[in-house]
Amino acid sequence: MQFKPLATLAAALMLSTSWVHAEDLRIGLAEDPDILDPDQSRTFVGRIVYASLCDKLVDITPELEIIPMLSTGWSWSDDGMTLTMTLRDDVTFHDGEPFNAEAVAYNINRSKTLDESRRKSEVASITGTNVVDDYTIEIMLANPDATLLAQFADRSGMMVSPKAASEMGIEFGAAPVCAGPFSFTERVQQDRIVLSKYDDYYNADRINFDTVTFLPITDDTVRLANLRAGDIDIVERLAATDVASVRADDGLQLEQAVSLGYQGLTVNIANGEKATNAFGTDKLVRQALSLSIDRKVLNDVVFEGVFAPGNQPFPPSSPWYNTEFPVPERDIDAAKALLAQAGVENPTVEIQVSTNPVAQQVVQVVQAMASEAGITVNVVAKEFATLLSEQSAGAYEISQIGWSGRVDPDGNIHQFVTCEGGINDSKYCNPEVDELLNAARTSTDIAERKANYDAARAILIDESPLIYLYHQTWIWALDDSIQGYTPYPDGMIRLSGVSKSE
Amino acid sequence: MSAVTDTPAETVAVLPPKQSRVWAKLRRNRSAMFGAGLVSVFVIVALLAPVLPIPGPAETDWGAVRKAPSAAHWLGTDEIGRDILSRMIWGAQASLLAGVVSVAIALAIGIPLGVLAGYCRGWTDAVISRLTEALLAAPFLILAIALAAFLGPSLTNAMIAIGLSAVPIFIRLARAQTMLVVTEDYVEGAHAVGLTHPAIIWRYVLPNIVPPLLVQATLTIATAIIAEASLSFLGLGQQPPAPSWGSMLNTAKAFLEQAPWMAMWPGIAIFLVVLGFNLFGDGLRDALDPRDH
Amino acid sequence: MLSFIGRRLLVAIPTIVLISVLVFFLQKLLPGDPVLALAGEDRNPEILEFLREKYRLNDPLYVQYFNWIGNALTGDLGVSLRTQQPVLTLLAEKLPVTFQLAIMALVIAVVIGVPAGIISAYHKGTWIDWLANVVALSGLSVPNFWLGIMMILLVSVKLGWLPASGYQPFTDDPLQSIRTMLMPAFVLGTGLAATLMRHTRSAMLGVLQSDYVRTARAKGLSEKRVVMKHALRNALVPVVTVITLLFGELLAGAVLTEQIFTIPGFGKLVVDAVFNRDYAVVQGIVLCTAIAFVLMNILSDALYRVLNPRMSDQ
Repeated sequence: MQFKPLATLAAALMLSTSWVHAEDLRIGLAEDPDILDPDQSRTFVGRIVYASLCDKLVDITPELEIIPMLSTGWSWSDDGMTLTMTLRDDVTFHDGEPFNAEAVAYNINRSKTLDESRRKSEVASITGTNVVDDYTIEIMLANPDATLLAQFADRSGMMVSPKAASEMGIEFGAAPVCAGPFSFTERVQQDRIVLSKYDDYYNADRINFDTVTFLPITDDTVRLANLRAGDIDIVERLAATDVASVRADDGLQLEQAVSLGYQGLTVNIANGEKATNAFGTDKLVRQALSLSIDRKVLNDVVFEGVFAPGNQPFPPSSPWYNTEFPVPERDIDAAKALLAQAGVENPTVEIQVSTNPVAQQVVQVVQAMASEAGITVNVVAKEFATLLSEQSAGAYEISQIGWSGRVDPDGNIHQFVTCEGGINDSKYCNPEVDELLNAARTSTDIAERKANYDAARAILIDESPLIYLYHQTWIWALDDSIQGYTPYPDGMIRLSGVSKSE
Repeated sequence: MSAVTDTPAETVAVLPPKQSRVWAKLRRNRSAMFGAGLVSVFVIVALLAPVLPIPGPAETDWGAVRKAPSAAHWLGTDEIGRDILSRMIWGAQASLLAGVVSVAIALAIGIPLGVLAGYCRGWTDAVISRLTEALLAAPFLILAIALAAFLGPSLTNAMIAIGLSAVPIFIRLARAQTMLVVTEDYVEGAHAVGLTHPAIIWRYVLPNIVPPLLVQATLTIATAIIAEASLSFLGLGQQPPAPSWGSMLNTAKAFLEQAPWMAMWPGIAIFLVVLGFNLFGDGLRDALDPRDH
Repeated sequence: MLSFIGRRLLVAIPTIVLISVLVFFLQKLLPGDPVLALAGEDRNPEILEFLREKYRLNDPLYVQYFNWIGNALTGDLGVSLRTQQPVLTLLAEKLPVTFQLAIMALVIAVVIGVPAGIISAYHKGTWIDWLANVVALSGLSVPNFWLGIMMILLVSVKLGWLPASGYQPFTDDPLQSIRTMLMPAFVLGTGLAATLMRHTRSAMLGVLQSDYVRTARAKGLSEKRVVMKHALRNALVPVVTVITLLFGELLAGAVLTEQIFTIPGFGKLVVDAVFNRDYAVVQGIVLCTAIAFVLMNILSDALYRVLNPRMSDQ
């Protein structure tokens, strides 16, 4: 008689386990992504969603080597003007359309010609494509471009369904159709983005979730609390100050990777009238400011030592880092001497900073440190849109700003310090630096590129138009049940091989 | 803690009591005096900040970041190793000012407009009411960013922004209360006797609309102190590293688990100041009440 | 009464248009380039200029405004620059969320605030009055984010009673929807309850001492009857004023609380829109909040007449 309720209970349990098997992975994002069209999107957080939605021609390893993804291999012509790629023949887009060389040609063309495309500068060197056969494509360049493969490892290399893209035009982002492990299901602004497993994915056996739900939860404390409450499985960009408490929590695990980006101070060198101050006109004063900052203490105070102190656009762990110029020790006397040499013992400067609390802490630490060298720093907090437009218009003396980083070193340096650089807000201009960075861009020889970057770095460290402070560390906190997670320095969440134990 | 004085019904006494009597009643009201004392303590401490033996509010100690209260730092240290006691004391200046000045701005604009709308009705009312609606519907953010952009980032401009945003509630309260008062028999009586409108407003309307406005004013002080912080996040208000209770609270938000004292002290201080103002406001209300003797 | 409401609704239309003009020009005056804010890290001058042309941001302001209002009259509120979604869709998505949160918060505020104010006034000067005041004022001094995070840590993380965040549409699953909204509504509601309590108390004190209540008492009517029937009606005027105004404010969105509990309502939408200079979205929201405030003001004026018929237009 007792069997019946037991059996019912067992049945109910089995039912519920089979229901649990419809596994959903919930990821807490620090922001709400923008438009979900790889050609139009512009935010870092959007790329995290793409990592599950849109596969790329190539991918990177955690060590930043470029490896095949939708392509199976590639070769360069001797003059470096043609890239030949071979493609996987077992890939279909989420709408069932085949992935082939025609599709690649369509995508490159879309990145180059869609009016709204934000990828234009990334694929600017491409002059045309040639479909050799179904699964081979030649990409012709105007000049040798060492950065191209790295671009293909990011949004420029994401393949969208030509059929869907031509039907939907610029509204493609409302229901993106790609070739990744998950297909788009629904999105509610500021609430969630839901993706479902694509059954015909070429690596479907490596994918262990039926759905992935991305939940933008902007408050750091709350994002972590959601993880603790079991409402989500992974959070990205955990606050550095929460690392200790996550380590102490048996139910959670921690993963981290030093990012490819940097944070620092951009000095207005020649961008309008506001550049005419000691910091804009005299490199000695900039050097003094840099020397007055104890980067290790800054990292310890604001980030509990979790981030990486830095003085170059690449983190010290990067192969592109110039080891001749290690992160400088703080030297107040040297800073004072430099100021004396420059003839301004007590300079005053205004640093503009976004209203982000962490950025404000960083600047306040800098302010306190600089004051000991006799430098008066006035901090002005500006809401981000204002900060950006004033920076671009030159209405600032020093701006605290950073860069999320690119796989190829060129992306971290060229556009910031070359005379015509697209984001050169300091309007620093030195033909010698231009020459070195242009050469590094077109050479495919790694040793030669490194030599060029090193030479440019030597000049840039001396002239210091940008004072680099630290490199953010991407920190993920995961529920203990998540297995097989690999942290990547690009901050993306790759779900291939990741699973959840019962 | 005066009990309800239940004197039997007597002749209509709606004229405002004489000032000396208000003061005498207020002084007898122990909780009102306690409230006034509470506020005075904060005001005095804030004024004495430069001479008190405390570290500078921006002085940092890299060896003592987010440390719990101790003998060296009585209230603990903050996110970059500054003494919280010192920041509380210096911050009191900014926060008390933000609270009081913005409420004063709101009252100064809100009461005249509200009384005018409620007393005149008709077109005057329609225009003032539509303006109120416009002010309510415009997002506060836009107003604040515009002020920051055109007048520059400063505490004064933050107070203006907060004050302006609080104007509608005072207009609405003053208007409704005025409308209520003018229905009373004694106002009609005053008309009949031939008193002018300004005289009626001054002698009958104003004294009778005080209670809800006083309540709202003492409450708005709290919201204004807290709002000052959210404005510093728009680039308005106190600029770093200068402290204010609101901005201290806002920073503390990221450390509620690791350093709970960072949020606790400003929270307690705001509570005490608001309690002080409210108790005093209650006493003032009782003392001004024309019916209550 | 009906003609009063009808007249007011008619006046409301030009009011809303006027508000839309004001806000439109005010936000255009703000520093910060929408296109630059949109471009984020990739600021290619070519694309910036293209976007400016495309969204007709180079047109004179009045042309931009007439374009907007012209389209708005045909039901087209434009698209969000940030996400390319139609503004109307965004509003339709957020309005039910914000409305539900506002209603729940208001119910909590009224259920706690008004009785507490009555009791407190009735027992003026006793420990009950003190307790009610101290609780109310601490509720007001505690910032919403603090209460919110503390509640998440306690109720969701420690006790596991309610979900920490997320939103479930009411139409999908009413019970779950109310569960997810309970904490944010409580956090919002307590602050408002404090305000309501203080106003109710003050108004009750005034009325309890008024002549007709004394007369009623002298006539020997029961205390309860005196309080509920006579005193409360007039006392309610400022309370009604405050409630309608606060409800309007709730409908305009509660940014911090929404952010803490990840509720996709108006508050977050407007903040994101303002920060990104997403003009069309800001305009759309202002249109909604303007309607909300106008309706609330009509409602409060109508309620005054119910509470005290002598308050109608002379």
